[in-house]
Amino acid sequence: MPLTGLEIYKQLPKKNCGECGTPTCLAFAMNLASGKASLDSCPYVSDAAREALDAAAAPPIAKVVLGAGPAAVEMGDETELFRHDKRFYHETAIAIQVSDNLSSEELKAKVEAINDLNFDRVGQHYTVQAIAIRHDADDPAAFKAAVASVAAATQLNLILMADDPDVLKEALAGIADRKPLLYAATGANYEAMTNLAKENNCPLAVYGNGLEELAQLVDKIVALGYKQLVLDPGARETSRAIADFTQIRRLAIKKRFRSFGYPIIALTTAANPLDEILQAVNYVTKYASLVVLRTCAKEHLLPLLSWRQNLYTDPQVPIRVEEKLNEIGEVNENSPVYVTTNFSLTYYSVEGEIESTKIPSYLLSVDTDGLSVLTAYADGKFEAEKIAAVMKKVDLDNKVKRHRIIIPGSVAVLKGKLEDLTGWEVIVGPREASGIVAFARANLAS
Amino acid sequence: MAVQILRDSSRAAVQKVVLGATKDQGGTRSHTIVVGGDAALPFHHFEGEIVNRPVIGMEVQDIVPDWPEALKNPFADVINEPGRWAQKCVDEYGADLIYLKLDGADPEGANHSVDQCVATVKEVLQAVGVPLVVVGCGDVEKDHEVLEAVAEAAAGENLLLGNAEQENYKSLTAACMVHKHNIIARSPLDINICKQLNILINEMNLPLDHIVIDPSIGGLGYGIEYAFSIMERMRLGALQGDKMLSMPVICTIGSEAWRSKEATAPVSEYPGWGKETDRGILWEAVTAAALLQAGAHILLMRHPEAVARVKENINQLMVSNAY
Repeated sequence: MPLTGLEIYKQLPKKNCGECGTPTCLAFAMNLASGKASLDSCPYVSDAAREALDAAAAPPIAKVVLGAGPAAVEMGDETELFRHDKRFYHETAIAIQVSDNLSSEELKAKVEAINDLNFDRVGQHYTVQAIAIRHDADDPAAFKAAVASVAAATQLNLILMADDPDVLKEALAGIADRKPLLYAATGANYEAMTNLAKENNCPLAVYGNGLEELAQLVDKIVALGYKQLVLDPGARETSRAIADFTQIRRLAIKKRFRSFGYPIIALTTAANPLDEILQAVNYVTKYASLVVLRTCAKEHLLPLLSWRQNLYTDPQVPIRVEEKLNEIGEVNENSPVYVTTNFSLTYYSVEGEIESTKIPSYLLSVDTDGLSVLTAYADGKFEAEKIAAVMKKVDLDNKVKRHRIIIPGSVAVLKGKLEDLTGWEVIVGPREASGIVAFARANLAS
Repeated sequence: MAVQILRDSSRAAVQKVVLGATKDQGGTRSHTIVVGGDAALPFHHFEGEIVNRPVIGMEVQDIVPDWPEALKNPFADVINEPGRWAQKCVDEYGADLIYLKLDGADPEGANHSVDQCVATVKEVLQAVGVPLVVVGCGDVEKDHEVLEAVAEAAAGENLLLGNAEQENYKSLTAACMVHKHNIIARSPLDINICKQLNILINEMNLPLDHIVIDPSIGGLGYGIEYAFSIMERMRLGALQGDKMLSMPVICTIGSEAWRSKEATAPVSEYPGWGKETDRGILWEAVTAAALLQAGAHILLMRHPEAVARVKENINQLMVSNAY
């Protein structure tokens, strides 16, 4: 059972030095108790106290690293059941599965396609994190060959999937420094698997058929001295899987149930790739730290990765873009000028619509602390003075010949003041970004 | 250590709302649809009864909508006739409800007369047996006239009518009271305004089991996470017994998803994003799947393939996961 804040406080130095970032030891103890701080932040804690507290103060869900080097990805270390309570921290890693049954040409083509899963949208870059190689072939040598060829052809992290520890061991030789995830330890093979993972310091997936079996197996592996684990409760039906994942997350966070304090791996099963993506959406939403997919089509991955990004944004911090004069298309001194806020949703909606007008244009993004147009206006962060100052800052007077700027329709009230301040002609644009194309057609075509 | 399954008990459940009315009940629908009633977080069958499955209303308009080709193609043969369009949605694509959007009423657009709008509603009522969701064009003045006339002409059909908003709920609430319909209470991604609006509507004596919440979602990639968290908080509130947050939730999935560039931009312009066909369908389907996990009850959707995939997803999620 977890210690209470007061129990932890008794073990702390009680200096109230504030060096941990929390003003008092008591407050720090409370944060430790709720899993929101780490004992490492306290420079003065005694060794004896550390030992006593470590177990209780460890985060409810361990951080486990998949891979090595720049592509390595942290999984787990989550503290919440609901993102609105604070936030989710470590985005679900996405892996694409390949089989060692593929011919070497097929495998090569597939790995190339997976390597190419890079997306840019709304100023963000999305990628997948790993390739999972599965041993389906009859010949164990096929697995080693497939693993070697994938490892040579990709920078992505690796997941090695085979039931036989000897087969895994063979394939692991030579690529162990990539720190692949070994999948999976089962009731039948866990001793050999744990040793293999331990010797090579690789993360180890634990497969149990149901929550009870999983917990028992985890305890046995921990007793062997290994804790870099990833949990698979074996459920392959969506509904059962999200129930199991929810139980694992709840028990880890609310009850500090140690056997479940590790990240979760989910494997999709749906045959239709669109169904598979929706299955993955459920798993990303409900607590999986790693999802292994089969489809690798760009049009399937982009929506999934977009959802992952959305879910893992910090609800307290609006996503914003830089304050600057943005160029959309091949602008010149005759291009129209629009202005909006730096709230990224607003900005990218407006940018997308301006792009659709096919008229090269300038778009001035004004720093409103990431607030949308009306909210920023109500908050005094999107006023004529502010816009005029930014226009000056980016030297707009000398960028275009015709001094004419288009403001959002919902702040039409700024028109007079902005004209007085800048001497520019101020045009009131549409209220919604979706009206920009029609607006441009009617007002800017010349 | 043995695993002790952790079940959160709920003090209350989501309101049930009945949509449509059969002949015996004073309407003409072939059957009614009940939404809500959940006694747990979405699809947590292991700790409370999820009595009714989430449903899909497919969108039909009274004008040829300004939709991308990918979206218009499946309806090309019926897009000029709301009745046949609705029929196709129900017969071929398995729509649970028809979501009739009277955009033609817009004074800035086609400016259909009130009589024309009423005729369209009647046409659709006659064409299909499923319950209807009917929403105005968004012009406040015009919607007053149109929706009052629709409410009267369809008295007894137990429609779901919208949208009521904080500054503009009285006439629609009155119309729903008099002619016995349900109301969509739309709030701008704000849980306090949502609650306030439900209170105001309820104070006019429209019972709570005649109100459905529209939280004004954003589509995938464009603010969906705000709606996701607000909906999660609403459901938690409802389960803790907050009556004014306990109504079923309706989400405008199709219109939000298909507004985005990612749903429609051709692969020729964005080669890095892959083929637009599946991308557009998934943009809509993923918007729906994500919000189902936050507690959506009625999904208003557009593309038949997205509808099919989301129905399959709902089938999977409605399988019991009791321990």
